[in-house]
Amino acid sequence: PHKQHYWSTFPGRRARPAAFAAPPPQSREAAPAACAPTAPRAPRQRPCRAQPARTRALTQQSQGTAQGSASQQARLHCLPTHRRAASPQPINGLKDGRGGRWTVDKHSVEVTNCFSVPHNESEDEVAVDMEFAKNMYELHKKVSPSEIILGWYATGHDITEHSVLIHEYYSREAHNPIHLTVDTSLQNSRMSIKAYVSAPMGVPGKTMGVMFTPLTVKYVYYDTERIGVDLIMKTCFSPNRVIGLSSDLQQVGSASARIQDTLTMVLQYAEDVLSGKVAADNTVGRFLMDLINQVPKISPEDFETMLNSNINDLLMVTYLANLTQSQIALNEKLLSL
Amino acid sequence: MASRKEGSGSAGAASALQGQRQSRRCGGLGRQASADRRAVQYQMEMMRSLRHVNIDHLHVGWYQSTYYGSFVTRALLDSQFSYQHAIEESVVLIYDPIKTAQGSLSLKAYRLTPKLMEVCKEKDFSPEALKKANIAYENMFEEVPIVIKNSYLINVMLWELEKKSAVADRHELLSLASSNHLGKSLQLLMDRVDEMSQDIVKYNTYLRNVSKQQQQKHQYQQRRQQENIQRQSRGEPPLPEEDINKLFKPPQPPPRMESLLIAGQINTYCQNIKEFNAQNLGKLFMAQALQDYNN
Repeated sequence: PHKQHYWSTFPGRRARPAAFAAPPPQSREAAPAACAPTAPRAPRQRPCRAQPARTRALTQQSQGTAQGSASQQARLHCLPTHRRAASPQPINGLKDGRGGRWTVDKHSVEVTNCFSVPHNESEDEVAVDMEFAKNMYELHKKVSPSEIILGWYATGHDITEHSVLIHEYYSREAHNPIHLTVDTSLQNSRMSIKAYVSAPMGVPGKTMGVMFTPLTVKYVYYDTERIGVDLIMKTCFSPNRVIGLSSDLQQVGSASARIQDTLTMVLQYAEDVLSGKVAADNTVGRFLMDLINQVPKISPEDFETMLNSNINDLLMVTYLANLTQSQIALNEKLLSL
Repeated sequence: MASRKEGSGSAGAASALQGQRQSRRCGGLGRQASADRRAVQYQMEMMRSLRHVNIDHLHVGWYQSTYYGSFVTRALLDSQFSYQHAIEESVVLIYDPIKTAQGSLSLKAYRLTPKLMEVCKEKDFSPEALKKANIAYENMFEEVPIVIKNSYLINVMLWELEKKSAVADRHELLSLASSNHLGKSLQLLMDRVDEMSQDIVKYNTYLRNVSKQQQQKHQYQQRRQQENIQRQSRGEPPLPEEDINKLFKPPQPPPRMESLLIAGQINTYCQNIKEFNAQNLGKLFMAQALQDYNN
């Protein structure tokens, strides 16, 4: 296989480095070239794969935040919708993040918002609509003034030379920007979301290059967000991807069904362990003990009184609510006499 | 619709929805009033930018976040009226972050009924006009059912998220500790009922004044007639006819819109409380079943 070393000239010039065999312009499915690291600096830095990929337009909209770990963390909080762009022009986007979690010790950032920026990508050059980017950023700032630009995202499988240029541009806007790729071409049947930070490499004074070091990405939700995402996730199970909002008792029903499922799973595991099919694990056993002990042991009389008083409260409140409603209905009728 | 919510929770962050009948994207407007010029400018710019990137940019409505479902206010009515007047199909989404934190997404879409639109157009909220239009508090808002539809790509992403996210505790819905929420809802309900009773008292005094005035007018007329008869019998010219209406100015009828709104709000509170209670009763019975099984 043809080994390619991927780096690009620095900065501002076109991505045509000296010792770089340019990828064949027509074939988008170039053979995957693994970059052999010339001198691995530290175990955690791994060079990226060079594979020309077509960055396609997508505005990403899911509710989740991504959090990175290892040496550097990038928390992503991605929001807007997935949508395939009709235009043939690829679009990449700009990410905002909530203010300044980028500290030296913690090395984590949280991405909370993003919007897309149109850009033109041809073989030789890349043109980003900077006016548009600035405008959108100003607009977003009006609504949430604590957000700063953290980096940018692109849809596609891998990093191309164009990414380097765009990354340079964003390194002027934000300190040490993050580059995120969202793979909408669904390679390996997964939509992988990866984050990178750039690091310079090469021989100083001669050919300098830029390397993209990957970060690990974690998703972090707020409580209410997670509930919303759970609801949206239900469309995965319906045939035409449509769901309605369910009413009150139905929700309780579905929540208890969920618990029932998990309980069956746990029971199955216990059976398996007992019959010897699965090796017993002490930690799991301890968790099971905790679970069983969580059902509080109350004497039946106490529980009865507690239950009855609660039920009485609720019934009384329902009765009062009904009374109030009939009162206002009556009032309405009287007024219209 | 997979929409972003600006869940600020306090005092309603109003914001605009864009997209077609199915709303696709929300843009936050912050705390600015919808009638603010800067807000309008922001909206126009945002829509232009979105159109540039080929996202649906048609305005479909706006959303507001509230506490405990207290959204039936004059401000909301006015905003929704202006939206609905400009764009026929606009809706207002009411999002309740507190109820959502209890386990189920609380999102409702409302529109003004055509009858109410008529009344708002006339801007005449006197009792006679409202009686003519035959609007009861139930006919003010009509609820539009919400349906969530995702594209395949979104589904793929959701599967990804499901894999990556930890199996977190998703069981707030089954928690039995809900009396706090109930207490606060009842408190709000009581406040509203107080307001309503004050309003009723005002209306009653108005009615009483009107009837008293009628009586006075009647008496005055009678006295006049008697005097005239006496004068005629004595041969003097009758007293000139005075304009009765100028003597007895009719009292101002109190505006009925407020009471309609309050009644609507009370109705919403009651509905929410009843729903909530139904859920809680179910949960209590489940707990009872579990405990019985234990014993």
